[in-house]
Amino acid sequence: MKIAVLVKQVPGSESALRVGTEEQWVDESALDFEMNESDSYALEEALLIKEKSAAGGEVVVVSMGPPERTPKVIREALAKGADRGIHIHEEPPYENDPFLIAGIFASALRDEQFDLLLSGLQSADLATGQTGVILGEFLEMATATLVMATELQDGSIKVKRELESGWSQWITLPLPASITIQSGLNQPRYPSLRGIMGAKKKEIKVLSKADLIAGNTPLQSWERLYVHKKEKRTEMIEGDLNQVVDQLVNVLRTEIKVL
Amino acid sequence: MDILVVLENRNGALHRMSLEAIAAAQSLARDLNLTVAALAWGPQAKDLAREAATKRVDEVLSLEHELLEKYSSDGYAEAIKQVIEQEAPRYVLVGHTYMVRDYFPKVSARIRKPFVGDVVAYRIEDGSPVFTRQVFNAKLVVDVAPQVAPPVLVSFQSATFQADAVEAGTAPVRDITVALEAEQIKTQSEPPFQEAAGDVDLSSAEVIVSVGRGIGKEENIPLAGELAEAMGAELGSSRPVVDAGWLPSSRQVGSSGQSVAPKLYFALGISGAIQHVVGMKGSKNVVAINKDPEAPIFEIADYGVVGDLLEIVPKLTEAIKEQS
Ligand SMILES: Cc1cc2nc3c(=O)[nH]c(=O)nc-3n(C[C@H](O)[C@H](O)[C@H](O)COP(=O)(O)OP(=O)(O)OC[C@H]3O[C@@H](n4cnc5c(N)ncnc54)[C@H](O)[C@@H]3O)c2cc1C
Ligand SMILES: Cc1cc2nc3c(=O)[nH]c(=O)nc-3n(C[C@H](O)[C@H](O)[C@H](O)COP(=O)(O)OP(=O)(O)OC[C@H]3O[C@@H](n4cnc5c(N)ncnc54)[C@H](O)[C@@H]3O)c2cc1C
Repeated sequence: MKIAVLVKQVPGSESALRVGTEEQWVDESALDFEMNESDSYALEEALLIKEKSAAGGEVVVVSMGPPERTPKVIREALAKGADRGIHIHEEPPYENDPFLIAGIFASALRDEQFDLLLSGLQSADLATGQTGVILGEFLEMATATLVMATELQDGSIKVKRELESGWSQWITLPLPASITIQSGLNQPRYPSLRGIMGAKKKEIKVLSKADLIAGNTPLQSWERLYVHKKEKRTEMIEGDLNQVVDQLVNVLRTEIKVL
Repeated sequence: MDILVVLENRNGALHRMSLEAIAAAQSLARDLNLTVAALAWGPQAKDLAREAATKRVDEVLSLEHELLEKYSSDGYAEAIKQVIEQEAPRYVLVGHTYMVRDYFPKVSARIRKPFVGDVVAYRIEDGSPVFTRQVFNAKLVVDVAPQVAPPVLVSFQSATFQADAVEAGTAPVRDITVALEAEQIKTQSEPPFQEAAGDVDLSSAEVIVSVGRGIGKEENIPLAGELAEAMGAELGSSRPVVDAGWLPSSRQVGSSGQSVAPKLYFALGISGAIQHVVGMKGSKNVVAINKDPEAPIFEIADYGVVGDLLEIVPKLTEAIKEQS
């Protein structure tokens, strides 16, 4: 089994986001980056599939992003047990069209002939949720999204897809397949100290976006990034701790009448 | 036609988000003076067509095919690709449902046209629509414009348009066909099923104390549990809390969990992501505690406290116990 996992760095969920000067991206100077949530589940699932398959295999972690910070997320994946990395160098301005991004990954990965591609169901920053499906389509793979369980079979993979409102469905995909992973299907591991040491010796192949993009241009693009003006209708309760608690009790008792 | 609305079936009737997509199409048609067709297809296409024909659209297209009786991303993407080629719409509109997430990117890949997904607003600029999407966990928004000739595929986020805003009318129904082969469908599917319901039915709870990732760690869950107990409330949660295994999945509120409508929804450390909000926006009252004043939950809460729930919640539990 040769498995590729796409992992991406996104600003941590507690980051204070400020729009950058060109209104095209956020000001990265004050940001902490972390592995996109569903990607960390995708990585864990890839490692579990490899460990369970009798013939063993290889897990290759793939990330596109700037050279200053992206190696960190690749090393993290290698420390958890991925075998090698591919880093697609991308300098700002970053691509934001999922079709073009998937095309870049397709050029990078096509010759490697992966059996399985795993990616997150969507990224916390762009949130289009399209990369894994379009990439699968470009590489002529079967695709499935929102996957909550996997069972590798002979020449195929059976996956449980999440549907709306607590419904699910099992579907079987012939290999090669590209599936996008929903959070919660496993418990991502922490890297061990040995893993962290070992990661330093693992190979990270560097490719450049400029070479892979091969003259293609986006189908859609960002015009302007901004803070959406909110309709604040929330009545804010303020004061020191005791005042806040008193007012809350009062609201619960006299306004909402649940005490 | 100019605008094609692709409908989705939910138990033999139009999916609420398909009605919202029709409302979106009617709005765009008004702004740009365009015609609208609605596509009824898949199992029960005839029923959907009958329902769609009672809306103010120019035409309803009805498409039946044995390979569309059961959903598959390959079959559905191929069918929509062919309909787009035959009918040449400029805009293809849908609701941003789980099914659309699954097959619309495929349509985009196959026709090499943009799919602008999960749109929350549009406006007309120089005679063309610019679409607004939420990015960075809905803390920022971005205006997106297609860069190529039509068509453009667009999905709208839940509640961007109102289902009850759809204008009524009478539309003619036209049967259309596509050419599909079984070999084009790579996957095999089993019937959908509902996960075991679990121990709680949150939908009938009067008061729900709901826990988000802001609770920090599993050891803190009892803080919320004690508050719930003092208030006679059920415990609910956001997805990350269930993902981490801190509470069972039967407690999850949201698009993939339960939909609730209590008298009070007390959100502790929940940011207010759309997939959570769709499950609790029917609540009569929402009170939120969150340490981030910019958290989207403060757009929908009736009362809010900016602060550390780990400090406030134990004090509040104590105060409520003293009251009773
Ligand atoms: C201004 C700007 C800055 C950007 N900065 C970065 C950056 O720093 N690092 C970066 O990696 N990309 C960056 N990108 C690329 C951009 O994030 C990609 O367009 C994006 O990943 C596609 O996102 P999506 O939300 O459509 O992906 P989705 O389809 O929502 O993502 C689904 C999954 O695809 C995989 N995936 C998507 N993109 C990548 C990626 N780049 N590397 C590995 N796996 C991926 C992940 O598994 C992800 O969970 C930037 C784009 C823009 C416009
Ligand atoms: C297809 C799909 C389906 C989904 N289905 C669901 C679903 O059914 N239900 C669901 O909930 N989500 C669902 N999600 C996930 C959803 O998008 C959000 O990721 C999730 O709701 C976020 O949960 P949260 O608010 O608990 O966590 P976060 O977004 O991480 O928010 C935590 C909040 O806690 C605050 N906080 C942190 N510490 C403290 C403190 N000490 N005191 C007070 N506040 C604090 C932070 O400011 C932050 O606002 C789905 C996503 C997708 C893509």
